[in-house]
Amino acid sequence: MSDATSTGPMLAADGTPLKRSLNRALRAQKLRALMLIAPLLVFILVTFIAPITDMLFRSVENQIVSDTLPRTTRALEGWDHNSGELPSEDVFAALTYDLVAAAERKDHTRLGTRLNYETTGMSSIFRKTGRRIDDFGETYMDQFAEATPDLAAPETWVTVMADPGWRADYAAWEAARAAARETGRDFDRPPPLFRLKNGVADILPEAADVYAEFARIAQVENGDNPAEEEPWAPVYLALYRDLMHVGPGAIERLDDASRATLAPAHDAVAGFQSERLADLYLDADKGWGEPAIWSTIQAFSSNYTPGYFLASVDLRQTADGVAMQDEDRRIYIMLFERTLFMSLAIMGACILLGYPIAFLLANLPLRTSNVLLILVLLPFWTSLLVRTSSWKVLLQQQGVINDVLVWIGLVDNANRLVMINNQFGTIVAMTHILLPFMILPLYSVMKTIPPTYVRAAKSLGASNWTAFWRVYFPQSVPGIGAGCILVFILAIGYYITPELVGGTTGTFISNRIAYHISSSLNWGLAAALGSILLAVVLLLYWIYDRIVGIDNVSLG
Amino acid sequence: MTMKQLLSATALAALPAGALFAQDLPPCENCADSITAVSWGGAYQTSQIKAYAEPYTALTGTTFTWDESSNEAVAKLRAQSEAGNITWDLVDVEGPDSQRLCDEGLAMEVDHDEILAAGDDGSAPTDDFSDSVINDCFIPQIVFSTTFGYRTDVSAWNGNEPDNLCALFDLETFPGKRSLEKRPKKNIEWALLCDGVAKDELYDVLSTPEGLERALAKLDTIKSETIWWSAGAETPQRLADGEVVMGSTYNGRLFSLIVEQNQPVKMLWDWQVFDFDGWVIPADLPEDRLNRVLHFLHFATDTQRLADQAKYISYGPARASSQPLVSTHADLGIEMAPHMPTNPENQKNYLVNNIEWWADNQDDVEARFQAWLAQ
Repeated sequence: MSDATSTGPMLAADGTPLKRSLNRALRAQKLRALMLIAPLLVFILVTFIAPITDMLFRSVENQIVSDTLPRTTRALEGWDHNSGELPSEDVFAALTYDLVAAAERKDHTRLGTRLNYETTGMSSIFRKTGRRIDDFGETYMDQFAEATPDLAAPETWVTVMADPGWRADYAAWEAARAAARETGRDFDRPPPLFRLKNGVADILPEAADVYAEFARIAQVENGDNPAEEEPWAPVYLALYRDLMHVGPGAIERLDDASRATLAPAHDAVAGFQSERLADLYLDADKGWGEPAIWSTIQAFSSNYTPGYFLASVDLRQTADGVAMQDEDRRIYIMLFERTLFMSLAIMGACILLGYPIAFLLANLPLRTSNVLLILVLLPFWTSLLVRTSSWKVLLQQQGVINDVLVWIGLVDNANRLVMINNQFGTIVAMTHILLPFMILPLYSVMKTIPPTYVRAAKSLGASNWTAFWRVYFPQSVPGIGAGCILVFILAIGYYITPELVGGTTGTFISNRIAYHISSSLNWGLAAALGSILLAVVLLLYWIYDRIVGIDNVSLG
Repeated sequence: MTMKQLLSATALAALPAGALFAQDLPPCENCADSITAVSWGGAYQTSQIKAYAEPYTALTGTTFTWDESSNEAVAKLRAQSEAGNITWDLVDVEGPDSQRLCDEGLAMEVDHDEILAAGDDGSAPTDDFSDSVINDCFIPQIVFSTTFGYRTDVSAWNGNEPDNLCALFDLETFPGKRSLEKRPKKNIEWALLCDGVAKDELYDVLSTPEGLERALAKLDTIKSETIWWSAGAETPQRLADGEVVMGSTYNGRLFSLIVEQNQPVKMLWDWQVFDFDGWVIPADLPEDRLNRVLHFLHFATDTQRLADQAKYISYGPARASSQPLVSTHADLGIEMAPHMPTNPENQKNYLVNNIEWWADNQDDVEARFQAWLAQ
């Protein structure tokens, strides 16, 4: 190297510094290696990492509340859930605007279902109210129609609310569509989305807001022209509330056409018969009278929530912090414990049954052991469902085993053993199904243990047992470790076998996850339960690594 | 049509079947040439293929792809909609699921009078289908019922045979295991009926906080003797094995068990619960696929096609005008009318789920029931 240091960097044959040319060669190699694993990498990212990330996200995601009830969640910020009083009329008004839009978009039932996970009764409250929400504000609609007949015409609303620029754009779009129809061309340009007139939102904040929502929904959901559609009753409610608040000076600032309509309306509203919104809600469902309903909305108005994770461990989030779940809804801790206990039991049974078989396989003459190995593998190649169903045939009360026991007189015909649709059935069937996962790693490890060691121990005076226990067994431990990890991790997430033979006492947490995915559609809770299961497996793996050492695990 | 009308129509018995093919099938413009349909699999799907799909393919050349996912249709449709890629064209669901899909905007709302064919007797579709049109998205096909089967050879019963539903809760006279669905619907209604609640007051009682607990308390009395099912085939299997002595399932399943397989099992029609099954169209289908589906539906739900389906399975057509056309079983040649849930003999006591009550309370009741099961 002294030569290199004295004459500068070492050069390659083509004159570039050796370091750089080496790097380049290596980079090309690395790139090639990366290209080679790229299909696998992409495959794993798409089919494994991405779904898991998505699942983790779903378990905390809660945008549905603030997305569906944006005004309500804002208005509720000032409400004190401990006061024992119902929220103010402003909150009820905000809820009316949110709900009428949600009902139009068909979002309110989903929101009700979501909130029902936290407080029972919410789903039915939202459904019942959603059916009536169209009528809220109808009193004002009628009174406006009487006082200022203009306001009953959809066109008037567009005059008051719409940006003239938007009206021009819309007219141009309609003309283009008509022209396209005439010539028979395809026309799929979307119409320009409704825009509010400058300044109208300052004077009529609620009415402008709700009307804009109405106009956009009319366009997007129903493909209608807002100028031809009668606004929702709650739009009139909003106008009434706005006009009650603003002074005549504000109306003066409007353009001529709007003023012509709204000035008489403004004069008239003072004489309107008013109606308490809270009463309308209580009439739709008396549940709205309970502060618990409101505090649930308040507690779940943030975009992310620990609610699903809390529910997964039988807790629930309330406005005052975390509390225990109602006694008659606590099941998840019990299910997690049962899943762990039964997976351990299955793992233990697999060791007990698998070890002697693997020992035989490894030590019998090749011809016999090959036949035995085929017997081990044969069920492995049989469909999982077939094996599970055959356990039904064997274990059920009118099944083969009970029949035999009755026939030899061990069991009375009237008291046949219950061996299926309970924990016992699940453990038996799953032990059978997972047994090859224990035997194969054990066998491959035992195959590598030289028989000379045991012979040497015996020749030094060890008894059969000592030779096995002190010399043979410690060398087979890596196989036990590998088998245990395989069996345990497979067992803890098992689903179909417990579903078929587990009844109600032999089911696992995974059966609940499946139930929430496909039946109750509580995907957030399913995701949280799945995340916890994943965390438990990783934790146990880590503990195992600390105690046994993952390097001591061998698959052969 | 009320149940009364429906049954009187059935009583008119079978008239000779009409023309096999609708000769006047209008051409389909701007239509896809295949349909991905979702159904329940098994004998039911076969009856749909024989009665609707094969004749339609013969007339139009449309190919069908069948997906047996109706069980999880709501979850899967929601997932497809979130992913923005609807792969299904037509989905067969039970009434309550259609309600849910319709509420969430996952199914398309239709105008029944516009898209469906008038009855053979000239009646408007909404009149002809009547009560079975339970919401704006649902295009009814059949009336089915959930009812009980029991074994006729149980020695411990000392020759007694159940003659009413409440034998279910009578463990003294009728000892043995029962098989019930792993869901609250129907079970809690039956429990209350046998706990002395009148049919008219059922949902008033259930609406009170104590009502559900009362039903669960009644079910508690047989919980230790109950094996729960989640697939309709489980009860017939358990009855055939002698694993249970009585159990609930769909009437068509019991029909195959008793009539086709000749098992020592009898049917208990008492307090059978009626349900409707039908099609929904996923929302936001592309135009050509939607056109094809509408064209198919117009054909597949006409009077003759619905009556044809009853040749293959013992479920009643949802159209009143189809009732008189119900004929004999395609293979066995027996009259199908006496095996229909709508037969007057079979429906002295019957129940129809209150769809609105269930839509409102399903989430709560389901959660409570599942927790009750696990405890």
